[in-house]
Amino acid sequence: MIRPDGDEPKRTLGLRPEFWGSREGSAESQKHSLNLRRLWKTTVLIMTVVSITPLVVMTAVDYTVTQKSTESELLLRTSRIASNTKRVVLFSLLERMTALDFIVQDNRFQMLTDCTRMEAILKNLQQSFGGFVDLGIIDSTGQQLCYVGPYDLSGVDYSDQDWFRSVRDQGMHISDVFPGFRRVPHLVIAARHELPGGGFYVLRTSLEAEFFNTQLSDLELGGMGDAFIVNAEGVLQTSSRMHGKVLDTIDLAVPEYSNSTRVYKTQTQDGRTVLIGYAYIPQTPFILMIVKQKAVLMEPWRATRRKLIGFLALSISAIMVVILAVTTYLVNKIHWADLRRVATLHQVEYTNKMISLGRLGAGVAHEINNPLAIINEKAGLIKDLFVYTDRYADDPKLTGLVASILTSVKRCSDVTRRLLNFARDTDGEAKPVDLALTLTEVLEFMGKEEEYRSIEVTINIDEDLPTLVTNYGKLQQILLNLINNAFAAVDDGGRIEIVVRESTDDTITIQVEDNGCGMTEHELTRVFEPFYTTRRSRGGTGLGLSITYSLAQELGGSIDVESEPGRGTQFRVTLPLAVERKRGSVDEGTAG
Amino acid sequence: MKVLLVDDEEELVTALAERLSFRGIDADWSTSGSHALELAQAHAYDVAVLDVKMPNISGIELKKRLEKTRPDMKYIFLTGHGSEEDFWAGSAEASQYLVKPLDIETLIETMRQVVQK
Repeated sequence: MIRPDGDEPKRTLGLRPEFWGSREGSAESQKHSLNLRRLWKTTVLIMTVVSITPLVVMTAVDYTVTQKSTESELLLRTSRIASNTKRVVLFSLLERMTALDFIVQDNRFQMLTDCTRMEAILKNLQQSFGGFVDLGIIDSTGQQLCYVGPYDLSGVDYSDQDWFRSVRDQGMHISDVFPGFRRVPHLVIAARHELPGGGFYVLRTSLEAEFFNTQLSDLELGGMGDAFIVNAEGVLQTSSRMHGKVLDTIDLAVPEYSNSTRVYKTQTQDGRTVLIGYAYIPQTPFILMIVKQKAVLMEPWRATRRKLIGFLALSISAIMVVILAVTTYLVNKIHWADLRRVATLHQVEYTNKMISLGRLGAGVAHEINNPLAIINEKAGLIKDLFVYTDRYADDPKLTGLVASILTSVKRCSDVTRRLLNFARDTDGEAKPVDLALTLTEVLEFMGKEEEYRSIEVTINIDEDLPTLVTNYGKLQQILLNLINNAFAAVDDGGRIEIVVRESTDDTITIQVEDNGCGMTEHELTRVFEPFYTTRRSRGGTGLGLSITYSLAQELGGSIDVESEPGRGTQFRVTLPLAVERKRGSVDEGTAG
Repeated sequence: MKVLLVDDEEELVTALAERLSFRGIDADWSTSGSHALELAQAHAYDVAVLDVKMPNISGIELKKRLEKTRPDMKYIFLTGHGSEEDFWAGSAEASQYLVKPLDIETLIETMRQVVQK
């Protein structure tokens, strides 16, 4: 419930702050109030921007920096693995070539054509190095002179084979992996050796393709990594985990030639991003490739990122909650202060108005009282003449006329007395008040309305009511406002009941109940709010009840209200039996 | 009982004086403070009925001056401004205080009371 002054009400349930609806108030209250909704929005906006922007910027920067460093770290690591693996593969190939060279140096040509000797050499090679499948000696025409190994290749003519032409021309050949005559993937290492008497022969050995796999399978790649070797056409020389088996063509582009290890990022056909480290193995047709799934590698970073974003979201939520709560609290405070300020302003205006009205009334009453006194005396004199001289005693009509004049004078003087009483006491001191008399006086102010509209007014006062000591003028205004409201609320023929009871704690309760139109829940919450009125079109200012509320507080009491639409309204004023006397305000009496 | 009526409204005091005379009370009247002082100098009165608000000399001022010549005289004040504050403001010493328009019987009763005191 909004009250013009006094304590703030308890928050009603719901998220809408009290001030939010203040714009719905009258144009007049707008004139005095700040635009709180805009203030709230601006404050929330500024505080949100100021507190959240640095947080978001820092998080974004951190996000980018860690992403970049993680990525470059991954690239570096991939490059290092590719480089190391290249060296291992190259070394093992060179190792085997050196072994072949040693055989040639250790054995003359005739010894090498001895297949028994060759068998022994192959056995030694297999034991010492591994990977060797067979050995063969081929003469310069391409005829295999001696072959030791699991296949039946003796006497095979290699003269039209590419590798043979290559070794004949270049002295040395390492072949791609190919199935060859034996239909098993293998690669061939062949070296040309000059014979002392001119001509040459070729020592040829084949290594099973599996030989590479042993080199690569040991690698710890992580992140669904894959290491394999391809030739320049993209045909797999080793089996791979993700990109096919030996002699399949890989689904990735063959990287361009480079004499150093390189790393690059690319998309696979199914849309995944992969990091590829590769190295061309010198003097061979082989390209070593390390392929890593970027998504898998970035997973730890992603996990951290999720935590970071979660923390950010949590922080932003907390900040927003605090900002909203604090802003709403403060703007509500401002709203109350503003309402109080406006109410005070208008109470002062109202009080001044009442004082002016009172002075005017008193002036009028005073001016009327003097001629009224003359009329009174003259009419009295006429009456006396009738009574004391007997001259007109027989004329009942004249006597009646005079009596009528005197009655009217009495009525006039009652009015002026009431006006004078009303004018006084707005700031007067507390004194004993006869509540029954006060209520009668207030009802007299309502004039003949009660009668004309057939409104049934009952006053019900406790017989043994203790004397109420209070400010008469303020009490009169409170009652006048409440009774005036009750008159406005009821239909013709309505009922107004005023009940005065002593309640506990040295207080009395004055209850003004009507069976009029009543108020809705919403109207009820705003009934004491300044400028809130449902009768604006009929000249309501919306100040009556807010001032009544203040007056009741000034008397040390309170007002509460119950209402039901269509059933009626009940205002209850609770006043202490005695207000604390405050000295200092001496009335300026105008004698006369 | 001899009474002095002072009010700036001649119509009021004359009618009042005549009404009192009907009731056997001898009343002189005056419409100004100075004339009232002259009357008091010349005659002795039991009660003076003074209007509080009058031009030149107010009822309260008049009472102070009359007290010098006639210390035994009693006073009743009349006011058109029916407030007790007027009474407390300056006429605390006044024996009685009445609001206009007057009820003649109340006035006579009040005069009797103050004289007997």
